[in-house]
Amino acid sequence: MDFGFGILDFFKFMEFKELISESLIALKANKVRTGLAALGVVIGIASVIALLSLGKASQHLVESQIESLGSNLLTVMPGRITQGGIRGAMGGATTLTSQDAQAIADSSKITTVKTVSPEYSRNAQATAGKNNTNTQIYGVTPAYFSVRKVDIEKGVAISQRDVETMAKVAVLGPQVVTDLFGEGTNPIGETIRINKIAFRVVGVTKSKGGTGFFSQDDRIFIPLTTAQKIVFGVEHLSTIAVETTGKEVMTEAQNQIGYLLLERHRLSDPTAADFQIMSQEDILSTATQVTQTFTYLLAGIAAISLLVGGIGIMNIMLVTVTERTREIGLRKALGATKRIITTQFLMEAVIITFFGGILGILLGVGIFGILAKAMSLPFVISPSSIILAFGVSAAVGILFGFYPAQKAAKLQPIEALRYE
Amino acid sequence: MAEYRGWVAAPSDYQDKMRLINLSHLSKIYQSGEVEVKALDDISFEIQKGEFVAIMGPSGSGKSTLMHILGLLDRPTSGKYLLEGMDTSKFSDEELAKIRNKKIGFVFQFFNLLPRTAALRNVVIPMIYGGIKPEEREKRAQELLEAVGLKERIYHTSSQLSGGEQQRVAIARALAMNPSIILADEPTGNIATAQAEEIMRIFQKLNIKGHTIVLITHESDIAEYAKRIIHLRDGKIVKDELNGRQRKIPITKHQIPIRQLADKIQISKFKTF
Repeated sequence: MDFGFGILDFFKFMEFKELISESLIALKANKVRTGLAALGVVIGIASVIALLSLGKASQHLVESQIESLGSNLLTVMPGRITQGGIRGAMGGATTLTSQDAQAIADSSKITTVKTVSPEYSRNAQATAGKNNTNTQIYGVTPAYFSVRKVDIEKGVAISQRDVETMAKVAVLGPQVVTDLFGEGTNPIGETIRINKIAFRVVGVTKSKGGTGFFSQDDRIFIPLTTAQKIVFGVEHLSTIAVETTGKEVMTEAQNQIGYLLLERHRLSDPTAADFQIMSQEDILSTATQVTQTFTYLLAGIAAISLLVGGIGIMNIMLVTVTERTREIGLRKALGATKRIITTQFLMEAVIITFFGGILGILLGVGIFGILAKAMSLPFVISPSSIILAFGVSAAVGILFGFYPAQKAAKLQPIEALRYE
Repeated sequence: MAEYRGWVAAPSDYQDKMRLINLSHLSKIYQSGEVEVKALDDISFEIQKGEFVAIMGPSGSGKSTLMHILGLLDRPTSGKYLLEGMDTSKFSDEELAKIRNKKIGFVFQFFNLLPRTAALRNVVIPMIYGGIKPEEREKRAQELLEAVGLKERIYHTSSQLSGGEQQRVAIARALAMNPSIILADEPTGNIATAQAEEIMRIFQKLNIKGHTIVLITHESDIAEYAKRIIHLRDGKIVKDELNGRQRKIPITKHQIPIRQLADKIQISKFKTF
């Protein structure tokens, strides 16, 4: 008896193409339901893409900003290793002094250091006439501007004489100029008050960009001694920034400075050190860790919404299967095998998630674009996120479409045909 | 079998194909909770190629069950169903699906067509499952729809077609894979009398062309269109007779030439009852 089983192989290939068009037609027949099912996936994928991209862009930004600080930079900060953090000590530690900084600069044991910049920074209220702003005050020496690579746009920087005489002069960052005097104005010669103490503006720094945490433009620079003794009444430093003689000597420099400070602080055990010496790489890796964790957290939240989308698809497919019971019975009567029915419904789920995924990606990129502009983040989209999104949406379709497809395939033709 | 040898050198293959359907001692028992329901009780009969049989009975007589078994949608509890000489109990569900696709054309009472789908597409579907090439099946579907008089309506969906038109699409679809049997379950049950007549005329035309038709019905008017009527009651055959008073609708356009009629008479000599 020949039932044409000889053409089975040809049949299998044909079948796959056919089933895709069969599924497409079935989905088109009920556009509203298809659209609603896809919605969950669209939103899920869009949020994954948008949040992942935002996270990655922030990472990128942070990394490039830290890199721009220079690769010859070592930052000495007070506090134990467990403290973490990137900027300034978090309260408490008062163990670094100007004498330490001087020692580093003067010591014959230290051969790898070019310039030393002692710093004290703290938040304070600054006013000019009726305007005020809450900003970071940096007590610095002239070394700061070369070590930290800050250029002067107008006027002059803090001078050695200013430090020696505890002069009440200030160099403003461009953001502060905007906040206190108005954008683009020349504040040189004007008076500002820091914590009610009057200072004369002698310079404005060049804009370095960055927002929020890393904003380099929202600062006021005053002589270190003035900051310590007149404005804030402290004896210690927040940071000592050190420019080394070269990238190659970073580790050696860290060791030399470390031993010197241990000696000065009368500590014999390096693990009990009351300071940290971080190279740019250290800062970078800490920062990366933080932003990476943040990114993954965001992505995790987005993944949850994708999961919900998948469950939504499963629900709708189950309802669809029930609604189309008679249709399934008819198809079976006409010769559809379990495999054909399973494949058809599975295809429908995958098509929904696939197109939902594409729309989601487009939407996600669009949202990311808008947010990136608003938050001044670089508009960088990693192809790996996109491929991941595609893969995930297809997987969601197969995973959540499988159970309904199985249910459909298992229906007995007669029962299905009798179903009201 | 001696009488056959004089007329035709018949290989057993051919005999099997002629003896299309062979039921012997077929029973179907359902378990309904505690109670055993005997839907079919020891049914035996044969249907030859080219017959036009009506299976008639009141509701509960088991005719739907019989149709399901004939259509390979269900399996008997006991007894044998030979289709073209093959023992159908030996086939897996997947194999039965393939046989249904190629050998049986269904016309149901309701819900014959896929909703929101064009008539053309409906007719094409069995050919998709049967692995027919796209160009070929599009062409064939169009031809079939033309043959049942729906040339203008091939893109209409079921909501745009009347009951009679829907049944005609179903018939076109049933013919798509050139089946051995056309199984019709109360095909006119849901449509108006005038259209019902049209449907029955089509069945008769098909039968004249050589198709084997098995019709399930509870209406004696409809059964009268067939050449043979098997009466079912309570799962048993109570009568199996040739319909001497076969209702014929005058086929003015398609007069059968005398020679073909003569062939038909010869074939009828081979029938065994």
